[in-house]
Amino acid sequence: MSLRLLSLIGLVAFFGLWTLIALSGLVQPRFLPTPLAVARQFVELIEKPFVGYTLQVHLLSSLGRFAMGFGLAVAVGVPLGLLMGWFRRLDAIVTPLFDALRFVAPIAWVPFAALWFGTGIGGPVLIIFTGAFPPCVINAYRGAKFVEPRFIEAARMLGVGHVRMVTEVLLPASVPSIVAGLRISAGLGWQSLIGAELIVASSGIGYLMVKGQSNISTAIVMSGMIAIGIVGVAIDVALRALQARIERHRQ
Amino acid sequence: MLIAWYVLTTATQIIAPTRFPAPREVWDALRQIALTGYADARLHGHILHSVKLVLMGFAVAVATGVPLGLAMGWSRRIEALANPAFLLIRPIPPLAWIPLAIVWLGLGDAAKVLVIWFAAFVPSVINSYAGVRAIEPHMLEAARMLGIGRWTLVREVLVPGAAPMIFTGLRLSMQACWTTLVAGELIGAAAGLGRVLSQGALDIFPAMILVGMVGVAFAGGVMTWALGWIELRAMPWRR
Repeated sequence: MSLRLLSLIGLVAFFGLWTLIALSGLVQPRFLPTPLAVARQFVELIEKPFVGYTLQVHLLSSLGRFAMGFGLAVAVGVPLGLLMGWFRRLDAIVTPLFDALRFVAPIAWVPFAALWFGTGIGGPVLIIFTGAFPPCVINAYRGAKFVEPRFIEAARMLGVGHVRMVTEVLLPASVPSIVAGLRISAGLGWQSLIGAELIVASSGIGYLMVKGQSNISTAIVMSGMIAIGIVGVAIDVALRALQARIERHRQ
Repeated sequence: MLIAWYVLTTATQIIAPTRFPAPREVWDALRQIALTGYADARLHGHILHSVKLVLMGFAVAVATGVPLGLAMGWSRRIEALANPAFLLIRPIPPLAWIPLAIVWLGLGDAAKVLVIWFAAFVPSVINSYAGVRAIEPHMLEAARMLGIGRWTLVREVLVPGAAPMIFTGLRLSMQACWTTLVAGELIGAAAGLGRVLSQGALDIFPAMILVGMVGVAFAGGVMTWALGWIELRAMPWRR
Protein backbone atom coordinates (compact mmCIF):
# COMPACT_ATOMS: atom_id res chain seq x y z
CA MET A 1 0.00 0.00 0.00
CA SER A 2 1.44 3.35 -0.95
CA LEU A 3 2.30 5.84 1.76
CA ARG A 4 0.20 8.55 0.19
CA LEU A 5 -2.88 6.36 0.41
CA LEU A 6 -2.12 5.72 4.08
CA SER A 7 -1.87 9.45 4.67
CA LEU A 8 -5.24 9.90 3.04
CA ILE A 9 -6.68 7.15 5.22
CA GLY A 10 -5.23 8.84 8.29
CA LEU A 11 -6.82 12.14 7.35
CA VAL A 12 -10.18 10.57 6.54
CA ALA A 13 -10.08 8.59 9.77
CA PHE A 14 -9.36 11.73 11.78
CA PHE A 15 -12.26 13.72 10.36
CA GLY A 16 -14.47 10.61 10.08
CA LEU A 17 -14.02 9.74 13.74
CA TRP A 18 -14.66 13.34 14.74
CA THR A 19 -17.85 13.48 12.64
CA LEU A 20 -19.02 10.10 13.95
CA ILE A 21 -18.60 11.09 17.59
CA ALA A 22 -20.31 14.41 16.92
CA LEU A 23 -23.24 12.79 15.13
CA SER A 24 -23.59 9.84 17.49
CA GLY A 25 -25.37 11.95 20.07
CA LEU A 26 -22.93 10.92 22.81
CA VAL A 27 -21.95 14.55 23.20
CA GLN A 28 -24.09 17.59 22.60
CA PRO A 29 -23.40 19.40 19.32
CA ARG A 30 -22.55 22.60 21.11
CA PHE A 31 -19.71 20.81 22.88
CA LEU A 32 -18.48 18.94 19.81
CA PRO A 33 -19.78 20.26 16.47
CA THR A 34 -19.05 18.36 13.27
CA PRO A 35 -16.08 19.56 11.17
CA LEU A 36 -18.59 20.87 8.64
CA ALA A 37 -20.36 22.93 11.30
CA VAL A 38 -17.03 24.42 12.36
CA ALA A 39 -16.23 25.33 8.75
CA ARG A 40 -19.66 26.94 8.40
CA GLN A 41 -19.09 28.89 11.63
CA PHE A 42 -15.70 30.00 10.36
CA VAL A 43 -17.23 31.43 7.17
CA GLU A 44 -20.01 33.04 9.19
CA LEU A 45 -17.46 34.76 11.46
CA ILE A 46 -15.78 36.20 8.37
CA GLU A 47 -19.07 37.52 7.02
CA LYS A 48 -20.90 38.60 10.16
CA PRO A 49 -19.38 40.52 13.10
CA PHE A 50 -19.12 38.67 16.42
CA VAL A 51 -18.54 40.66 19.64
CA GLY A 52 -18.18 43.83 17.61
CA TYR A 53 -16.01 42.83 14.69
CA THR A 54 -15.62 40.25 11.97
CA LEU A 55 -12.91 37.60 12.22
CA GLN A 56 -10.56 39.52 9.91
CA VAL A 57 -10.80 42.69 11.99
CA HIS A 58 -10.12 40.73 15.20
CA LEU A 59 -7.11 39.17 13.51
CA LEU A 60 -5.89 42.55 12.30
CA SER A 61 -5.99 44.06 15.77
CA SER A 62 -4.13 41.02 17.09
CA LEU A 63 -1.55 41.34 14.33
CA GLY A 64 -1.13 45.05 15.06
CA ARG A 65 -0.33 44.29 18.71
CA PHE A 66 1.94 41.47 17.63
CA ALA A 67 3.85 43.73 15.22
CA MET A 68 4.36 46.33 17.97
CA GLY A 69 5.50 43.89 20.64
CA PHE A 70 7.68 41.89 18.28
CA GLY A 71 9.13 45.03 16.67
CA LEU A 72 9.98 46.44 20.07
CA ALA A 73 11.58 43.16 21.16
CA VAL A 74 13.74 43.10 18.01
CA ALA A 75 14.62 46.80 18.24
CA VAL A 76 15.75 46.47 21.87
CA GLY A 77 16.87 42.85 22.04
CA VAL A 78 19.16 42.60 19.01
CA PRO A 79 21.29 45.69 19.82
CA LEU A 80 21.43 44.64 23.48
CA GLY A 81 22.59 41.15 22.52
CA LEU A 82 25.27 42.53 20.18
CA LEU A 83 26.53 44.99 22.76
CA MET A 84 26.62 42.24 25.39
CA GLY A 85 28.68 40.19 22.97
CA TRP A 86 31.20 43.02 22.60
CA PHE A 87 31.41 44.73 26.00
CA ARG A 88 32.36 42.23 28.71
CA ARG A 89 31.24 44.54 31.50
CA LEU A 90 27.74 44.97 30.11
CA ASP A 91 27.57 41.20 29.76
CA ALA A 92 28.54 40.76 33.41
CA ILE A 93 25.87 43.22 34.56
CA VAL A 94 22.97 42.10 32.37
CA THR A 95 23.41 38.33 32.23
CA PRO A 96 22.50 37.50 35.87
CA LEU A 97 19.44 39.73 35.70
CA PHE A 98 18.45 38.28 32.36
CA ASP A 99 18.85 34.68 33.56
CA ALA A 100 16.70 35.37 36.58
CA LEU A 101 13.94 36.98 34.50
CA ARG A 102 13.98 34.25 31.88
CA PHE A 103 12.51 31.74 34.32
CA VAL A 104 9.42 33.89 34.73
CA ALA A 105 6.90 32.64 32.18
CA PRO A 106 5.88 35.56 29.91
CA ILE A 107 2.30 35.01 30.87
CA ALA A 108 3.10 35.69 34.53
CA TRP A 109 3.67 39.32 33.54
CA VAL A 110 -0.03 39.72 32.80
CA PRO A 111 -1.01 41.30 36.15
CA PHE A 112 1.79 43.86 36.02
CA ALA A 113 1.14 44.54 32.33
CA ALA A 114 -2.48 45.30 33.12
CA LEU A 115 -1.51 47.42 36.12
CA TRP A 116 1.06 49.47 34.21
CA PHE A 117 -0.34 49.77 30.72
CA GLY A 118 -4.01 48.84 30.92
CA THR A 119 -5.83 46.26 28.87
CA GLY A 120 -6.09 48.14 25.57
CA ILE A 121 -2.89 47.97 23.58
CA GLY A 122 -0.08 48.52 26.08
CA GLY A 123 -0.74 45.48 28.30
CA PRO A 124 -0.82 42.83 25.56
CA VAL A 125 2.15 44.47 23.82
CA LEU A 126 4.24 44.12 26.99
CA ILE A 127 3.37 40.41 27.21
CA ILE A 128 4.37 39.84 23.59
CA PHE A 129 7.56 41.73 24.27
CA THR A 130 8.45 39.56 27.26
CA GLY A 131 7.80 36.45 25.17
CA ALA A 132 9.73 37.58 22.10
CA PHE A 133 12.62 39.38 23.82
CA PRO A 134 14.84 36.53 25.16
CA PRO A 135 15.49 34.72 21.83
CA CYS A 136 16.40 38.07 20.20
CA VAL A 137 18.98 38.81 22.88
CA ILE A 138 20.37 35.28 23.14
CA ASN A 139 20.83 34.78 19.41
CA ALA A 140 22.35 38.21 18.77
CA TYR A 141 24.68 37.57 21.73
CA ARG A 142 25.71 34.15 20.46
CA GLY A 143 26.18 35.53 16.96
CA ALA A 144 28.45 38.28 18.26
CA LYS A 145 30.40 35.91 20.54
CA PHE A 146 31.18 33.43 17.79
CA VAL A 147 32.38 35.87 15.15
CA GLU A 148 35.65 34.54 13.77
CA PRO A 149 38.46 36.14 15.79
CA ARG A 150 40.46 36.97 12.67
CA PHE A 151 37.74 39.39 11.53
CA ILE A 152 37.89 41.18 14.85
CA GLU A 153 41.66 41.25 14.79
CA ALA A 154 41.70 42.57 11.23
CA ALA A 155 39.23 45.31 12.15
CA ARG A 156 41.29 46.18 15.21
CA MET A 157 44.44 46.45 13.13
CA LEU A 158 42.63 48.92 10.91
CA GLY A 159 41.88 50.97 14.01
CA VAL A 160 38.11 50.50 14.04
CA GLY A 161 36.35 52.03 17.06
CA HIS A 162 33.75 50.41 19.32
CA VAL A 163 30.74 51.72 17.43
CA ARG A 164 31.90 50.62 14.00
CA MET A 165 33.07 47.31 15.42
CA VAL A 166 29.53 46.52 16.56
CA THR A 167 27.67 47.87 13.52
CA GLU A 168 30.07 46.85 10.75
CA VAL A 169 31.76 43.70 12.00
CA LEU A 170 29.59 42.01 14.63
CA LEU A 171 26.18 42.80 13.17
CA PRO A 172 26.77 41.48 9.61
CA ALA A 173 28.56 38.41 10.93
CA SER A 174 25.72 37.50 13.28
CA VAL A 175 22.84 37.96 10.85
CA PRO A 176 22.17 34.21 10.35
CA SER A 177 22.03 33.63 14.08
CA ILE A 178 19.82 36.69 14.57
CA VAL A 179 17.34 35.61 11.91
CA ALA A 180 17.15 32.12 13.41
CA GLY A 181 16.38 33.86 16.71
CA LEU A 182 13.66 35.93 15.06
CA ARG A 183 11.80 32.78 14.07
CA ILE A 184 11.81 31.43 17.61
CA SER A 185 10.96 34.84 18.93
CA ALA A 186 8.02 35.33 16.57
CA GLY A 187 6.61 31.94 17.54
CA LEU A 188 6.84 32.70 21.25
CA GLY A 189 5.51 36.22 20.74
CA TRP A 190 2.48 34.96 18.86
CA GLN A 191 1.78 32.42 21.62
CA SER A 192 2.11 35.03 24.34
CA LEU A 193 -0.26 37.30 22.44
CA ILE A 194 -2.94 34.62 22.50
CA GLY A 195 -2.42 34.15 26.22
CA ALA A 196 -2.56 37.87 26.87
CA GLU A 197 -5.71 38.31 24.83
CA LEU A 198 -7.42 35.45 26.60
CA ILE A 199 -6.93 37.29 29.88
CA VAL A 200 -6.76 41.02 29.15
CA ALA A 201 -8.12 42.47 25.93
CA SER A 202 -11.29 43.92 24.51
CA SER A 203 -10.70 42.87 20.92
CA GLY A 204 -8.51 40.46 19.03
CA ILE A 205 -8.60 36.78 18.22
CA GLY A 206 -8.05 35.65 21.82
CA TYR A 207 -10.93 37.84 22.97
CA LEU A 208 -13.16 36.30 20.29
CA MET A 209 -12.33 32.86 21.69
CA VAL A 210 -13.07 33.91 25.26
CA LYS A 211 -16.46 35.20 24.17
CA GLY A 212 -17.11 32.01 22.24
CA GLN A 213 -16.18 30.11 25.38
CA SER A 214 -18.58 32.05 27.59
CA ASN A 215 -21.35 31.48 25.01
CA ILE A 216 -20.46 27.78 25.19
CA SER A 217 -19.98 27.73 21.44
CA THR A 218 -17.29 25.18 20.64
CA ALA A 219 -17.60 26.05 16.94
CA ILE A 220 -16.52 29.65 17.56
CA VAL A 221 -13.64 28.55 19.81
CA MET A 222 -12.46 26.07 17.18
CA SER A 223 -12.73 28.69 14.42
CA GLY A 224 -10.49 30.91 16.52
CA MET A 225 -7.99 28.08 16.96
CA ILE A 226 -7.92 27.50 13.20
CA ALA A 227 -7.35 31.20 12.51
CA ILE A 228 -4.54 31.31 15.09
CA GLY A 229 -2.91 28.26 13.56
CA ILE A 230 -3.07 29.69 10.04
CA VAL A 231 -1.62 33.06 11.03
CA GLY A 232 1.11 31.40 13.12
CA VAL A 233 2.16 29.29 10.15
CA ALA A 234 2.03 32.32 7.83
CA ILE A 235 4.35 34.30 10.12
CA ASP A 236 6.80 31.41 10.26
CA VAL A 237 6.72 30.92 6.48
CA ALA A 238 7.44 34.61 5.94
CA LEU A 239 10.42 34.53 8.29
CA ARG A 240 11.70 31.32 6.76
CA ALA A 241 11.59 32.99 3.33
CA LEU A 242 13.60 35.87 4.77
CA GLN A 243 16.10 33.41 6.21
CA ALA A 244 16.48 31.60 2.88
CA ARG A 245 16.93 34.87 1.01
CA ILE A 246 19.64 36.05 3.41
CA GLU A 247 21.47 32.74 3.16
CA ARG A 248 21.40 32.92 -0.63
CA HIS A 249 22.60 36.49 -0.52
CA ARG A 250 25.59 35.58 1.63
CA GLN A 251 26.91 32.89 -0.66
CA MET B 1 20.33 46.04 41.42
CA LEU B 2 18.95 45.60 44.92
CA ILE B 3 20.26 48.99 45.91
CA ALA B 4 18.74 50.64 42.85
CA TRP B 5 15.44 48.95 43.68
CA TYR B 6 15.54 50.30 47.23
CA VAL B 7 16.51 53.81 46.14
CA LEU B 8 13.88 54.06 43.41
CA THR B 9 10.96 52.75 45.43
CA THR B 10 11.66 53.57 49.06
CA ALA B 11 14.23 56.31 49.51
CA THR B 12 13.21 58.59 46.65
CA GLN B 13 9.81 57.15 45.68
CA ILE B 14 10.44 57.90 42.01
CA ILE B 15 8.41 54.79 41.27
CA ALA B 16 5.03 54.98 42.99
CA PRO B 17 4.29 52.07 45.36
CA THR B 18 1.04 51.36 43.50
CA ARG B 19 3.08 50.63 40.37
CA PHE B 20 5.96 48.61 41.70
CA PRO B 21 6.38 47.38 45.28
CA ALA B 22 9.21 48.36 47.59
CA PRO B 23 11.46 45.63 49.06
CA ARG B 24 9.80 46.00 52.47
CA GLU B 25 6.30 45.41 51.04
CA VAL B 26 7.47 42.35 49.14
CA TRP B 27 8.95 40.91 52.31
CA ASP B 28 5.69 41.56 54.17
CA ALA B 29 3.67 40.01 51.35
CA LEU B 30 5.94 36.96 51.36
CA ARG B 31 5.51 36.60 55.12
CA GLN B 32 1.76 37.00 54.81
CA ILE B 33 1.34 34.31 52.15
CA ALA B 34 3.83 31.94 53.73
CA LEU B 35 2.51 32.19 57.29
CA THR B 36 -1.18 33.10 57.18
CA GLY B 37 -2.09 32.47 53.57
CA TYR B 38 -3.51 34.42 50.65
CA ALA B 39 -6.18 33.49 48.09
CA ASP B 40 -7.41 30.59 50.26
CA ALA B 41 -4.09 28.83 50.77
CA ARG B 42 -0.55 29.27 51.97
CA LEU B 43 2.39 29.60 49.63
CA HIS B 44 3.51 25.99 49.71
CA GLY B 45 -0.10 24.91 49.08
CA HIS B 46 -0.31 27.03 45.93
CA ILE B 47 3.06 25.83 44.67
CA LEU B 48 2.29 22.17 45.36
CA HIS B 49 -1.07 22.49 43.64
CA SER B 50 0.50 23.98 40.49
CA VAL B 51 3.38 21.51 40.44
CA LYS B 52 1.03 18.57 40.92
CA LEU B 53 -1.10 19.58 37.92
CA VAL B 54 1.95 20.14 35.73
CA LEU B 55 3.40 16.74 36.63
CA MET B 56 0.08 15.01 35.92
CA GLY B 57 -0.37 16.63 32.51
CA PHE B 58 3.30 16.16 31.71
CA ALA B 59 3.21 12.46 32.62
CA VAL B 60 0.18 11.84 30.41
CA ALA B 61 1.80 13.74 27.53
CA VAL B 62 5.06 11.80 27.84
CA ALA B 63 3.23 8.49 28.09
CA THR B 64 1.30 9.20 24.90
CA GLY B 65 3.66 11.46 22.94
CA VAL B 66 6.96 9.62 23.22
CA PRO B 67 5.60 6.22 22.06
CA LEU B 68 3.77 7.88 19.17
CA GLY B 69 6.92 9.77 18.16
CA LEU B 70 9.02 6.60 18.39
CA ALA B 71 6.49 4.66 16.32
CA MET B 72 6.35 7.43 13.70
CA GLY B 73 10.13 7.49 13.50
CA TRP B 74 10.37 3.72 13.29
CA SER B 75 7.70 2.89 10.72
CA ARG B 76 7.06 4.94 7.61
CA ARG B 77 3.55 3.52 7.50
CA ILE B 78 2.62 4.73 10.96
CA GLU B 79 4.15 8.07 10.10
CA ALA B 80 2.06 8.35 6.93
CA LEU B 81 -1.05 7.40 8.87
CA ALA B 82 -0.61 9.74 11.82
CA ASN B 83 1.19 12.68 10.23
CA PRO B 84 -1.71 14.50 8.51
CA ALA B 85 -3.77 14.79 11.69
CA PHE B 86 -0.67 15.72 13.65
CA LEU B 87 0.27 18.44 11.15
CA LEU B 88 -3.20 19.95 11.52
CA ILE B 89 -2.92 20.13 15.31
CA ARG B 90 0.71 21.19 15.51
CA PRO B 91 0.46 24.92 14.58
CA ILE B 92 -2.16 25.60 17.26
CA PRO B 93 -0.32 27.10 20.26
CA PRO B 94 -0.96 25.36 23.60
CA LEU B 95 -2.58 28.43 25.11
CA ALA B 96 -5.20 28.43 22.36
CA TRP B 97 -6.55 25.13 23.76
CA ILE B 98 -7.50 26.78 27.03
CA PRO B 99 -10.94 28.11 25.97
CA LEU B 100 -11.81 24.74 24.43
CA ALA B 101 -10.79 22.90 27.58
CA ILE B 102 -12.91 25.30 29.65
CA VAL B 103 -15.95 24.74 27.43
CA TRP B 104 -15.49 20.98 27.74
CA LEU B 105 -14.44 20.55 31.33
CA GLY B 106 -15.05 23.83 33.15
CA LEU B 107 -12.60 25.71 35.33
CA GLY B 108 -11.50 22.74 37.44
CA ASP B 109 -8.29 20.76 37.54
CA ALA B 110 -9.35 18.38 34.77
CA ALA B 111 -9.40 21.17 32.17
CA LYS B 112 -5.90 22.22 33.20
CA VAL B 113 -4.49 18.72 32.94
CA LEU B 114 -6.06 18.44 29.48
CA VAL B 115 -4.46 21.68 28.30
CA ILE B 116 -1.08 20.76 29.78
CA TRP B 117 -1.29 17.43 28.01
CA PHE B 118 -1.84 19.16 24.67
CA ALA B 119 0.94 21.65 25.41
CA ALA B 120 3.50 18.95 26.11
CA PHE B 121 2.28 16.45 23.54
CA VAL B 122 3.58 18.17 20.39
CA PRO B 123 7.23 18.66 21.48
CA SER B 124 7.32 15.12 22.90
CA VAL B 125 6.20 13.62 19.60
CA ILE B 126 8.41 15.78 17.36
CA ASN B 127 11.60 15.20 19.30
CA SER B 128 11.10 11.47 19.81
CA TYR B 129 10.47 11.19 16.08
CA ALA B 130 13.57 13.21 15.25
CA GLY B 131 15.55 11.14 17.76
CA VAL B 132 14.72 7.86 16.07
CA ARG B 133 15.47 9.35 12.65
CA ALA B 134 18.86 10.52 13.91
CA ILE B 135 19.96 6.98 14.81
CA GLU B 136 22.55 5.88 12.32
CA PRO B 137 21.14 3.29 9.92
CA HIS B 138 24.07 0.92 10.33
CA MET B 139 23.23 0.60 14.03
CA LEU B 140 19.79 -0.63 13.10
CA GLU B 141 21.19 -2.93 10.45
CA ALA B 142 23.72 -4.36 12.86
CA ALA B 143 20.98 -4.99 15.38
CA ARG B 144 18.89 -6.70 12.75
CA MET B 145 21.79 -8.83 11.61
CA LEU B 146 22.18 -10.08 15.13
CA GLY B 147 18.59 -11.21 14.86
CA ILE B 148 17.25 -9.51 17.94
CA GLY B 149 13.52 -9.41 18.48
CA ARG B 150 11.23 -6.48 17.94
CA TRP B 151 10.83 -5.49 21.59
CA THR B 152 14.49 -5.94 22.35
CA LEU B 153 15.21 -3.65 19.43
CA VAL B 154 12.90 -0.98 20.79
CA ARG B 155 14.29 -1.29 24.29
CA GLU B 156 17.98 -1.68 23.51
CA VAL B 157 18.45 0.38 20.36
CA LEU B 158 15.62 2.81 19.64
CA VAL B 159 15.00 4.26 23.08
CA PRO B 160 18.67 4.71 24.06
CA GLY B 161 19.55 6.04 20.60
CA ALA B 162 16.73 8.56 20.65
CA ALA B 163 17.17 9.43 24.33
CA PRO B 164 19.17 12.68 23.91
CA MET B 165 16.57 14.12 21.56
CA ILE B 166 13.72 12.81 23.71
CA PHE B 167 15.10 14.67 26.69
CA THR B 168 15.46 17.86 24.64
CA GLY B 169 11.78 17.43 23.81
CA LEU B 170 10.89 16.82 27.44
CA ARG B 171 12.63 20.02 28.48
CA LEU B 172 10.69 22.00 25.88
CA SER B 173 7.53 20.21 26.98
CA MET B 174 8.14 21.09 30.60
CA GLN B 175 8.49 24.77 29.77
CA ALA B 176 5.37 24.73 27.63
CA CYS B 177 3.48 22.96 30.46
CA TRP B 178 4.48 25.51 33.02
CA THR B 179 3.56 28.54 30.88
CA THR B 180 0.26 26.96 29.96
CA LEU B 181 -0.63 26.12 33.53
CA VAL B 182 0.07 29.64 34.74
CA ALA B 183 -2.10 31.02 31.94
CA GLY B 184 -4.86 28.55 32.77
CA GLU B 185 -4.74 29.45 36.45
CA LEU B 186 -4.79 33.16 35.63
CA ILE B 187 -8.02 32.65 33.73
CA GLY B 188 -9.66 30.82 36.56
CA ALA B 189 -8.61 28.47 39.35
CA ALA B 190 -9.34 27.64 42.97
CA ALA B 191 -5.67 27.43 43.94
CA GLY B 192 -2.22 27.63 42.46
CA LEU B 193 0.36 30.30 41.66
CA GLY B 194 -1.73 31.71 38.80
CA ARG B 195 -4.54 32.23 41.31
CA VAL B 196 -2.16 34.23 43.52
CA LEU B 197 -1.29 36.39 40.50
CA SER B 198 -4.86 37.00 39.43
CA GLN B 199 -6.02 37.66 43.01
CA GLY B 200 -3.11 40.07 43.44
CA ALA B 201 -4.17 41.85 40.25
CA LEU B 202 -7.78 42.09 41.44
CA ASP B 203 -6.73 43.50 44.81
CA ILE B 204 -4.16 45.80 43.15
CA PHE B 205 -1.52 44.34 45.44
CA PRO B 206 1.77 44.72 43.49
CA ALA B 207 3.90 43.15 46.22
CA MET B 208 1.84 39.96 46.11
CA ILE B 209 2.01 39.89 42.31
CA LEU B 210 5.78 40.04 42.56
CA VAL B 211 5.80 37.24 45.13
CA GLY B 212 3.64 35.18 42.76
CA MET B 213 6.04 35.83 39.87
CA VAL B 214 9.02 34.83 41.96
CA GLY B 215 7.11 31.67 42.91
CA VAL B 216 6.48 30.92 39.23
CA ALA B 217 10.14 31.43 38.36
CA PHE B 218 11.32 29.40 41.35
CA ALA B 219 9.04 26.39 40.80
CA GLY B 220 9.72 26.43 37.04
CA GLY B 221 13.45 26.58 37.66
CA VAL B 222 13.36 23.71 40.17
CA MET B 223 11.40 21.50 37.78
CA THR B 224 13.76 22.22 34.88
CA TRP B 225 16.70 21.46 37.15
CA ALA B 226 15.09 18.21 38.34
CA LEU B 227 14.56 17.13 34.75
CA GLY B 228 18.21 17.84 33.99
CA TRP B 229 19.18 15.71 36.98
CA ILE B 230 17.00 12.83 35.77
CA GLU B 231 18.52 13.22 32.31
CA LEU B 232 22.02 12.77 33.72
CA ARG B 233 20.93 9.69 35.67
CA ALA B 234 19.03 8.20 32.75
CA MET B 235 21.90 8.47 30.33
CA PRO B 236 25.02 7.59 32.31
CA TRP B 237 26.93 6.94 29.10
CA ARG B 238 26.68 10.61 28.16
CA ARG B 239 28.73 11.83 31.08
